[in-house]
Amino acid sequence: MSRALLEVNSLHRWFGGLHVIDEVSFSCRAGIVKAIIGPNGAGKTTLFNLIAGSLAPASGSILFDGRPTGGLPPHQIARRGISRTFQATRLFPRMSVLENVMVGRHVRTRGGFMASMIGPALMGPGEKRAREACLAVLDELGAADLAGRDAASLAFGRQRVVEIARALASEPRLLLLDEPACGLNPAETEDMGALIGRIRDRGITVLIVEHDMSLVMGISDEVLVLSAGRRIAEGAPRDVQADPQVVAVYLGEADA
Amino acid sequence: MYLRRYFPVFCLLFLVILVQVGLTALKLEFYMTQLTMSAYYTLVALGLTLLMGYAGQVSMGHGGFFAIGGYAAAVLATVGFASWVSLPAAILITGLVALLIGIPVLRLRGHYLAMATLAFGIIVLRILLGTNLFGGADGLSDIPAFRLFAGLAITGRKALRVQNYYIAWGLVLVGLLTGINLVHSRVGRALRAIHGNEDAAAAMGVDVARFKLATFVLSALYAGVGGACLAFFNGGIGPGEAGVMKSVRYVALVAAGGMGSLWGTLAVSTALTFLSLRGAFGVYDDAVFGAILVGIMLFAPEGVFSLLARRNRPGNAQ
Repeated sequence: MSRALLEVNSLHRWFGGLHVIDEVSFSCRAGIVKAIIGPNGAGKTTLFNLIAGSLAPASGSILFDGRPTGGLPPHQIARRGISRTFQATRLFPRMSVLENVMVGRHVRTRGGFMASMIGPALMGPGEKRAREACLAVLDELGAADLAGRDAASLAFGRQRVVEIARALASEPRLLLLDEPACGLNPAETEDMGALIGRIRDRGITVLIVEHDMSLVMGISDEVLVLSAGRRIAEGAPRDVQADPQVVAVYLGEADA
Repeated sequence: MYLRRYFPVFCLLFLVILVQVGLTALKLEFYMTQLTMSAYYTLVALGLTLLMGYAGQVSMGHGGFFAIGGYAAAVLATVGFASWVSLPAAILITGLVALLIGIPVLRLRGHYLAMATLAFGIIVLRILLGTNLFGGADGLSDIPAFRLFAGLAITGRKALRVQNYYIAWGLVLVGLLTGINLVHSRVGRALRAIHGNEDAAAAMGVDVARFKLATFVLSALYAGVGGACLAFFNGGIGPGEAGVMKSVRYVALVAAGGMGSLWGTLAVSTALTFLSLRGAFGVYDDAVFGAILVGIMLFAPEGVFSLLARRNRPGNAQ
């Protein structure tokens, strides 16, 4: 029984009068794929943003590897070993694919303004290692041929893969994927599922928000179901699917 | 890889020498005075390129930083501080002001940041105009030369015209080289990432606020060096340096150079500032720079050189 890598306790967040995340608690063991599902507006992305630091919790705590991270700014959370992708891909335009992935390497490299201005004499070796590590990540994801391309010029599905490569370049312990299959065709979705499996096999814990149920049920070790900001079910995919409350929520019954 | 990066710098060094030799041979040495001055203004534009083109943060107040560097150097040198004290102190003061202004102002984005920095420039201008220490509308004159060593000095004296040309362009080369190193580094990538998408940059571990502030201060330091050295070279400085039109001019130069191109800025800035200093635009000087800014925004938002590139690129639908 491995201990929890991520622990969320009575997390609460509201916008105006709306309780978007309402007393949500769950934990995520290391080395698994855990999916967060729920109808639109259930608070899935808000939960992600709270974990990644884009939003601060109103109350409750988030523990990553036993240390509190709730309310820390995103760049500090990234340094702790949590990396993410976005629902609508957010690659950096006017930068090549390799440069994008190298930004992901930011937390694993050193050198501030002074050292950078003095140049290759100081930065050269680290720069070379970072480049090689990023090319290796792209290679592993079957995107090595894209390295020199302008990131904004890529097809949508490829941008997704590059965004994941960028997140992996930081060698995270927890990877947050926000709807990775959104906008992908069935073949691409299948590839994405296989990719997520490979990422888990590398020992990286994956937390995923996804609407594609066949993908979720196929790759997840555990599923957390949210509805209207509350946790309504949690467990193995098969158990969650059979849960009457979950069925009710997805079929739109009133007494969910 | 490094050869491709630095070869143009060697070419520029060669060009700088070639121009000096040519002008001396043709007995046109007086052109070197304006080339020296345009070098110091170009330093400001290079620093602003790092801020605007790479970090994506606009400043409409860089004339203010130029003036702070210049006035601080002028006052300190006039009061009697040694050259090697007054110049570094002036640069330090410029950096400190940038730090103090940058902390609150860089919370703003886009138009709001532009307005706040514009207001900063106006405040500097009014302080210079209203303070006796700074000579009011007349500015400061009779600033002692900046003595480097062995008779070498930053001064407008004719006898040292060639030397000053080399000092100024030497500083531009250093500014260019460090700028090129920066943009090709981990920090440079982080800055472009901030420009592209702040949330994604932060999610990758980039301390967005800190990097913005550091770039703001760095670009102000470029301006401070330019202002201080030009004050020594001219032996004086006037409040017009902090004027709104001066700040707009730097923005126009960076935009015309292609926003994110140190080389583009260098070429455009040197050429236009030189022409302006030679009086080529007459009484319409400010109007010309304003028109350039409007024209660039309308017809070549990627800078003047993109027009050439677009024409030469095959298969471009536009």
